[in-house]
Amino acid sequence: MKGRRVTDDAKRSGFSRRSFLRGGAAGALSGGLATGLLAGEAGAAAADAEATETVGPGPVEIELEVNGVASRLAVEPRVTLLDGLRDRLDVTGPKRVCDRGTCGACTVLEDGRPIYACSRLMIESAGRSITTVEGLGSPDAMHDVQQAFVDHDAQQCGYCTPGFVVATAALLARHPAPSEPEIEAGLGGNFCRCGTYKGIRAVVAGGKGGGVSGG
Amino acid sequence: MRPFGYAAPATVEQAVGLLAAEGSEALAGGTDLLSLLKDDVERVDRLVALRGVAGLSGIELDGGMLRIGAMTTLQELRDHDGAIAALPALAVAIDGVASPQLREMGTVGGDLLQRPRCWYYRRGFGLLALTEDGRSMVAEGDNRYHAIFPIGQARFVNPSSLAPLLVALGAEAVVHGPAGERRLPVEALYQAPQTAGERENTLAPGELLAGVEANVDASRSAVYEIRQRRSLDWPLMAAAVTLTGSGSRAERARIVLGHAAPTPHVAAAAGDLLSGQELTPETVAAAADAAVEDARPLSGNRYKVQLARTAVRRALGQAAGMEI
Repeated sequence: MKGRRVTDDAKRSGFSRRSFLRGGAAGALSGGLATGLLAGEAGAAAADAEATETVGPGPVEIELEVNGVASRLAVEPRVTLLDGLRDRLDVTGPKRVCDRGTCGACTVLEDGRPIYACSRLMIESAGRSITTVEGLGSPDAMHDVQQAFVDHDAQQCGYCTPGFVVATAALLARHPAPSEPEIEAGLGGNFCRCGTYKGIRAVVAGGKGGGVSGG
Repeated sequence: MRPFGYAAPATVEQAVGLLAAEGSEALAGGTDLLSLLKDDVERVDRLVALRGVAGLSGIELDGGMLRIGAMTTLQELRDHDGAIAALPALAVAIDGVASPQLREMGTVGGDLLQRPRCWYYRRGFGLLALTEDGRSMVAEGDNRYHAIFPIGQARFVNPSSLAPLLVALGAEAVVHGPAGERRLPVEALYQAPQTAGERENTLAPGELLAGVEANVDASRSAVYEIRQRRSLDWPLMAAAVTLTGSGSRAERARIVLGHAAPTPHVAAAAGDLLSGQELTPETVAAAADAAVEDARPLSGNRYKVQLARTAVRRALGQAAGMEI
């Protein structure tokens, strides 16, 4: 069931994409907030809270960009980005394995940064840009990292591979020619105990595919 | 997950107002809270998302004063050259969270206020994990990762990566609440719960950790963490030390253990022993012994006493630039 339909609940709530984008823009500031940090006004006005709507627990209309395509759907606040991508948008590259932010099989890029999609509420990604393994390349036009995984036979059962490919692309975007310790640290959110890591390390050490843009 | 409402305030004042309502919980990076909700260990009526709240994210280095907004991600802090140059021990503490994904998602405030990892708590038995007739499941069960400095019935350990260092530095927490802003030492954010209804932090309903401030100028700090394996995991033991004074002499030493007690554990006697002393292998070893003198390990975690000794010795050595 694809969720493109705006529910009546969401319409009534009047929860707009604009308000999400406003929140998203503030949250995306990184390290450059020179004024006002920790200098909040004394005497909070509880009445201000009325200005902020509470939405849900029913479906809420949101918009986000997934692999370059603007997607609009209504999701309950409790739906994770991973479940929303897989079950609602049919983007099944990110895998649901541990579902607890440990294994890395659900790794996607959010505004260019690698995250565990299982540990992000989809509503929190509203107004942002998500890239999954499908967005890096297709079987006919593979991303360099995907091609390198094939060349180095860097998968066994393959279930963790989509997350590894995305994490590898993120690592190479940060370190185009990573050292051995940088490879270990850069894929530290995905490694567990498989026998194919020799191949994966070879992929990264080959320095292929550093062309993933950061945004 | 059970259904819940969601609010995304734009200002600290709005967030505080929303958080004052019963059943509301602050959502920062979500890496831990979502797991607790999935496992039904915690329940909420409404999540108050802090991601879009103005003024909670960012890093300032002003003279020797380092200010970090609570919603700053661990990766943003790690990438801030000025902060890392001023306080290199931060890099060690952050890199210990050995997953780029968790560093990108996890926030400074979320690290400081993450819930304990105690497996009895995570299985729904509560922070104190007492049986109906008041016996401790921890004391009688598998306590290999638990406290060597239990406080009352609290035997879990504080899991924060940043807290030991911030406490050693004497950092302040900036908290906003219905009554306005208050500042308190980071160590005062934590408490050992005495009843099943109490939490391990001291924030009142409606209060929000906005950030931390530390003077990083006139001191040398180090963090040393000991793990079972190199890959992503919480440390078994961690020590943070801050020394004032130059060369091999410590005017004042502050030593804090992580993963050792329900709160960041200030090893006051060990710090006092070194204050005003030359740091030598002998004085450092004596301080390490003093740090665990009053340890009361449980049935299965005696090994952590030696880990604490080692972590203190190595952190002191690194802070003083000595081979120990």
